[in-house]
Amino acid sequence: MGSMVGASVVRKEDPALLTGRGRFVDDIRLSGTVHMVFVRSFAAHARIVSIDTDEARTLPGVLGVWTNADLEGLPASRSVPGMERPCLAKDKVRFVGEPVAVVVATDRYLAADAAEAVLVEYEDLPVMASIEAATADGAVPIMDGLPTNVVLEQQLSATDAEEELAAAPHRLALRLRNQRCAAVPMEPTVCLADWQSSGLTIWATSQTPHHMRNEIAQMFGLSQQEVRFVAPDVGGGFGAKASFYPEFLLTAELSRRLRRPVKYVETRSENMTSMVHGRAQDHEVEVGFDDDGTLLALRVRITQDCGGWPDTTGIGLPTLTSFMSGGCYKIPVIAPSFRSVVTNTTPVGSYRGAGRPEASYMIERVVDRVAAELGLDPLDVRRRNFVQPGEMPFATQFEGIVYDEADFPGALAKLLEHVDYEALRKEQAGRRDDPDAPLLGIGFSTFVEMGGFGPTPLFEQFGYVGGWESANVRLNVDGSAVIKVGTSPHGQGHQTAFAQIVADQLSVPFERITLVHGDTATVQEGIGTMGSRGVPVGGSAVFKAANKVRDKAIRIAAHMLEADEKDIELADGRFSVRGAPDQGVSMAEVAVRAFKPHLLPDGFDLGLDETAFHEPSNLSYPSGAHCCVVEIDRGTGKVAVARYVAVDDCGTVINPLMARGQIHGGVAQGIAQALLEEVTYGEDGQPGSGTLVDYTLPSALDLPTYETDHLVTRTSFNPLGAKGLGESGATAAPQAVVNAVVDAMAHLGVRTIDMPCTPQKVWRVLQAATRNGS
Amino acid sequence: MSHHKVRISVNGTAGEDEIESRQLLVHYLRETRGLTGTHVGCDTSNCGACTVMLDGKTVKSCTVLTVAADGGDVLTVEGLDEQGEMSPVQKGFQACHGLQCGYCTPGMVMAATGLLLEQENPDDAAIREGIEGNLCRCTGYDMIVDSVRWAAEHGGPGTAARAHANGRN
Repeated sequence: MGSMVGASVVRKEDPALLTGRGRFVDDIRLSGTVHMVFVRSFAAHARIVSIDTDEARTLPGVLGVWTNADLEGLPASRSVPGMERPCLAKDKVRFVGEPVAVVVATDRYLAADAAEAVLVEYEDLPVMASIEAATADGAVPIMDGLPTNVVLEQQLSATDAEEELAAAPHRLALRLRNQRCAAVPMEPTVCLADWQSSGLTIWATSQTPHHMRNEIAQMFGLSQQEVRFVAPDVGGGFGAKASFYPEFLLTAELSRRLRRPVKYVETRSENMTSMVHGRAQDHEVEVGFDDDGTLLALRVRITQDCGGWPDTTGIGLPTLTSFMSGGCYKIPVIAPSFRSVVTNTTPVGSYRGAGRPEASYMIERVVDRVAAELGLDPLDVRRRNFVQPGEMPFATQFEGIVYDEADFPGALAKLLEHVDYEALRKEQAGRRDDPDAPLLGIGFSTFVEMGGFGPTPLFEQFGYVGGWESANVRLNVDGSAVIKVGTSPHGQGHQTAFAQIVADQLSVPFERITLVHGDTATVQEGIGTMGSRGVPVGGSAVFKAANKVRDKAIRIAAHMLEADEKDIELADGRFSVRGAPDQGVSMAEVAVRAFKPHLLPDGFDLGLDETAFHEPSNLSYPSGAHCCVVEIDRGTGKVAVARYVAVDDCGTVINPLMARGQIHGGVAQGIAQALLEEVTYGEDGQPGSGTLVDYTLPSALDLPTYETDHLVTRTSFNPLGAKGLGESGATAAPQAVVNAVVDAMAHLGVRTIDMPCTPQKVWRVLQAATRNGS
Repeated sequence: MSHHKVRISVNGTAGEDEIESRQLLVHYLRETRGLTGTHVGCDTSNCGACTVMLDGKTVKSCTVLTVAADGGDVLTVEGLDEQGEMSPVQKGFQACHGLQCGYCTPGMVMAATGLLLEQENPDDAAIREGIEGNLCRCTGYDMIVDSVRWAAEHGGPGTAARAHANGRN
């Protein structure tokens, strides 16, 4: 049997999903289920004067209508301490879409009818739907009891780097905006709660079932064994399903009161204002550098838009941005600081990359700007400043932030094996001289980000019990294997990847291995799937548990073969004695023997069933080099991605086919952020992108084909040598695209453009630059 | 609340149901007929997760009233397989990793099947055009294009879809 790790096997998950036999939350049918629908605020900031539920209560099928006042004693939704968010708005609303009341009816259509009949009277308050408005002189504090809308301010360095910036031969200031995006998993939030006398079961669209169980148990004052949280098939998450949503508590509470299962299915239009948004950071940057492009000092002041209620994850995002602000470069002094601002908008939380894409966008734009100022090639400036492979692991100036093994120059060199840079530059020059030809731009992104989240002290800051992951591997009597793991995949393919790891460690055929996940009643413990931790942390736990099973199986085999344990070898499903290959027993024979006490040494623990935890020694740091080539239509400003080439270093690759899928998907989201997507609000706080008609989620016609390759530098931070890959594409791509867009217009003096680079925006920049140039 | 009696064949199985007149076809399939493979991903007819075939043409079943399908034949993702074996399109998506979370997948598979009924051998541009009405947030589409091309080379839409399109189902 060859190695399964590294093989492009097709996924175990697929047949069910392809034949309509997947099981998503809304597919689960419990008899007697009733349906919950929200009444949501259409005002962005207003005092609630009255809520009239009289008519709604009389409508057919309605079992009840509840407002905040009707749910006294219901705990707040999970919140930043001191900023507790009630499950239903109390006294006032803070953003369009905030739940004000709930209706439960026997049928979802009837519940929607009744929600329409609830009349809410509002008294308008001043609306501050942007950072600018919320921090302007005279802005009204949105959070009760706080003097301003700045809810958190932090300086993450000893100095503000002013001295170093002043001393640098060159100094440059930039303002960058990482616009607000929506995660838009294709399945919105859905939950189904069934509170019985024996306890509460809740099925929900979540990336973190055990974490949710812990939270819900604590909030209701239940013990954890009384709460079962199940995340069955989950239709994408991208970080947004790691947040806690009030509907989890409300369906549970209403199930308790009504003594029936209560289901909530969010519509897409609700999802666009109710599920946490991502990014939403403004950066004021100053960089000092010398004549050859060596970076000397960097100051970045981050403003994080938190939305109407600070999310426990969202409030930590700029910390991660700060830690990663130096990218893959040696910069002697980095001075990041941030402030988090509440606004009358949807709360902001994790979105694929969560804080690191913002940093990577910033530093990669900075490097290109430095090159432009000095008239240098952007690749030369990168090479001049890279942390070198011999300097790894590399301790940044931030305590505990230590880059693991990587080869930043090597990744760029490998990228250039796929890209004929010189030929592209020639082509670009030719196009510039031909007024009918589309402009050509070449953009690079040499990036590093964080993967493999923990360890525990870091994850505790985000409210998790730990940063470890847990796995159990068990052999059945017939030698087939079952893995139980605490990660909770929602598209990542853990059934397949973890079976590959176990197949190698135990020499059990891949087809005879099953994965159980996402259910706190069956999986021993877990944290969840986010922060590119599935393979590096979850996979490492699986690896360790499999090895414990293997060690025990070897003891049994040694007993059966009357040989020393040290002399037992396992290959192709067979244990044999070193030097005597014809003497052997199969894994299946050993598995049976594990259940026969009379044929084992006295007191031998029966079974082959082992649990292991993996606590990562630190974060891992996936890195790589991406290149984007764009064409810009001079007449319309439309940007087309002509080529996208990605070289990623995620360390060990478990399944190249699935790795490709992760890169494609991440890059797609990054390209879409660069060119298409933006959550917008009017000054009155009304969403301008509240449906998929207005929010430009890319289709197959908007995205290119992708060319991918890997550089493999194993990390020493976990036993698999894997760094994680889920967020790399989304972290790397935006600046590769924007650098290319700016590069295409550089000869006209264009130095900057904000995302998304829509045709209108690009056309305007192009027109202004052409006018100035002529 | 007005009600209608409808006769609709789904995946070759006849049904006669009394439904609310305003019921959407996707809810008829999911709730009345218990076929939960067809998903709802938006409420504006943009995402295509609810795509099924109605009388030989792909439709977004969230924008078709059940009463409008009265007397019709519907083919859903549950009806594509051939005696337990996945159709070429379904196989292609597995072979080429054309799905990740699987939520858009049933609609995407139906759209691809519809495309291959109309065009035997679409090039990549035609495939992208053909699935443009179906949104996927996981794959970035490239491997979906590969999947559809694989299907075109390995039997096209499949016998169940052909039979449906020919009105035999």
